[in-house]
Amino acid sequence: MTPLLDVRGLRKHYPVVKRGLIGRRQTRVVRAVDDVSFVLQAGETLGLVGESGCGKTTTARSILDLVRADAGEIRLDGKDVRPILQGADRAAMLAVRRRMQYVFQDPYLSLNPRWTINEALREPFRAHAPQDQAEWDNRIAVLLETVGLEPRNGVRYPHEFSGGQRQRVGIARALAVEPDVVLLDEPVSALDISVRAQILNLLVSLQDRLGVAYVYISHDLSSVRFISTHVAVMYLGRIVEIGAVDEIFARPRHHYTAALISAIPVPSPGAVDQRVRLRGEVPSAINRPSGCPFHPRCAAALPICREQDPALQQMGPNTKAACHNPA
Amino acid sequence: MARQQAPVPARQPPPLLAVEGLKVHFHTRDGVVRAVDGVDFQVGAGQTLGIVGESGSGKTIACLTLLGLAPPPARIAGGHVLFEGEDLLQQSDQRLSQIRGRRMAMIFQNPATSLNPILSIGQQLTEILRWHTGASRQTALDRAAALLALVGISDPVARLRQYPHELSGGMKQRVGIARALLCEPALLLADEPTTALDVTIQAQILDLLAELRQRLAMSMVLVTHDMGVVARMADRITVMYAGRVCETADATTIFNAPQHPYTRALLESVPRIDHSYSGARRVLPSIAGRPPDLLHAPPGCRFHDRCPEAVPDCRRVMPREHLVAPGHTVSCLRRGSPGEATP
Repeated sequence: MTPLLDVRGLRKHYPVVKRGLIGRRQTRVVRAVDDVSFVLQAGETLGLVGESGCGKTTTARSILDLVRADAGEIRLDGKDVRPILQGADRAAMLAVRRRMQYVFQDPYLSLNPRWTINEALREPFRAHAPQDQAEWDNRIAVLLETVGLEPRNGVRYPHEFSGGQRQRVGIARALAVEPDVVLLDEPVSALDISVRAQILNLLVSLQDRLGVAYVYISHDLSSVRFISTHVAVMYLGRIVEIGAVDEIFARPRHHYTAALISAIPVPSPGAVDQRVRLRGEVPSAINRPSGCPFHPRCAAALPICREQDPALQQMGPNTKAACHNPA
Repeated sequence: MARQQAPVPARQPPPLLAVEGLKVHFHTRDGVVRAVDGVDFQVGAGQTLGIVGESGSGKTIACLTLLGLAPPPARIAGGHVLFEGEDLLQQSDQRLSQIRGRRMAMIFQNPATSLNPILSIGQQLTEILRWHTGASRQTALDRAAALLALVGISDPVARLRQYPHELSGGMKQRVGIARALLCEPALLLADEPTTALDVTIQAQILDLLAELRQRLAMSMVLVTHDMGVVARMADRITVMYAGRVCETADATTIFNAPQHPYTRALLESVPRIDHSYSGARRVLPSIAGRPPDLLHAPPGCRFHDRCPEAVPDCRRVMPREHLVAPGHTVSCLRRGSPGEATP
């Protein structure tokens, strides 16, 4: 079966430029996203996890061409849409964009404070469905109801809403054009804990009803376990482990995944501490270590890890990891 | 102030810190915000108290008030803060500045903004020591370097000459911890000390705090919204909601036998990393609504409009804390708390 979204070899490098007295020269390169590949079927959720700077947001933004990728294929139903997104044919570009939408972390920053909610929600229709203007208001009312807001509140401004309600608006705006894939970038991180559960439940119920696929970016592994069917763990721009969520959480094979999962304090006092402790901090993506980029912090590193960069290999029935000495 | 006290066994020393009926109000143009409205908690010697709550629950303001650091227009509207035999709310600024940093010190949430960007690490650390102890420059530098080594910073002497922007987030938080520990305080206040950090760095910092409090026999107040962090660190836990304390008990009781409906709902609404959610219908038990705006705090119990167990009385009677088991206090009418009618 052709996957709904098939990302192959996605790459985004940023040059580090030094400005001298005479001209500029490129000294190094930040490999923000390096050879990232994954597939996503309708109705599935891929949790994209990793620490700050690992490239998860750049990956998601490159898929929508909000950040221009250097290389790779973004296949939607088997067809590479990256040339279309980066091409000059605006109508074709919009047709692709309509199928993939983005929800931002902070709904307050991503909504125009001078626009009412109705105005904000009219914008996707203006861009993607300018013909049936008479229909907009009806569809906006339905949308607001879908995300659990009262349609009569559409005349209000973003500052009149709480964080949770604003995030509902952000989700409504993404769903307005009936996309197949929604990229959710830390959608609950800015919310109060008692409100997070409401938004997570909303996302799950919308997926059940609409069959939409999610890419869920988060550093909160507990919510990733809740919402995702699959998970991809990123470290310094690479996917180091990817697969079915329960297999990875039950038996992580890459030592970084194991450390990441065991670093989360479990909400039970006196829980047995089986922590995989990591030395040091994430190195900068400018100075990526040779071989396996994780080897300087890895307790199970072998001599080969210093020299050879491991490729992703099948580990379990539904998991792959890039490790010479898997757990 | 006459209040019901838990029967304290004779062998227990008096608590190091006792906060009683603390009220901190903000007088704003739009009205009075009762950010902290009658809060009690205690911290015993060598004990760690976790204060859990969402944003706006008053946990941070309560903590800052202990040191006299609540930002204007905060006004202390009542209560006592008894620390090592004196009521801090009655002390002069001069006396407070002697206690601050020396007997009671604080670690802030964001290490990037709590360090002075234009002073070297050495200058920031030695300033505190020289102010409190009158130590010579060299003695202070030696002590600062020793502290940096204690919090796990390599090459401490070189670090003293560096500036905050040269350090990573985790390093900066280690410096923040070293700064708080310079004078070996009896009580360390940690306000969301790991919220701004990545998870593997959070684990390192929590390990460090756990080790240090044991080594220095220090008491700690840990303010957080992360149930996992308090479960790992706290001996006792106080749960706050909208400026009031809902429930206080030892950590095991809070997690295994919570009484207050808010505590229960809060614990259930957090997804767990050790649970599988596939197969089953994925629904988290969530709390309807959202925390109240304290400018228009609801009358009666502040949780009543989100509470699954609320009865009509909850809408007009504000519950007071009462003892349900040794060391376990709850303020909920449905759990037998006494209360007073609110207008």
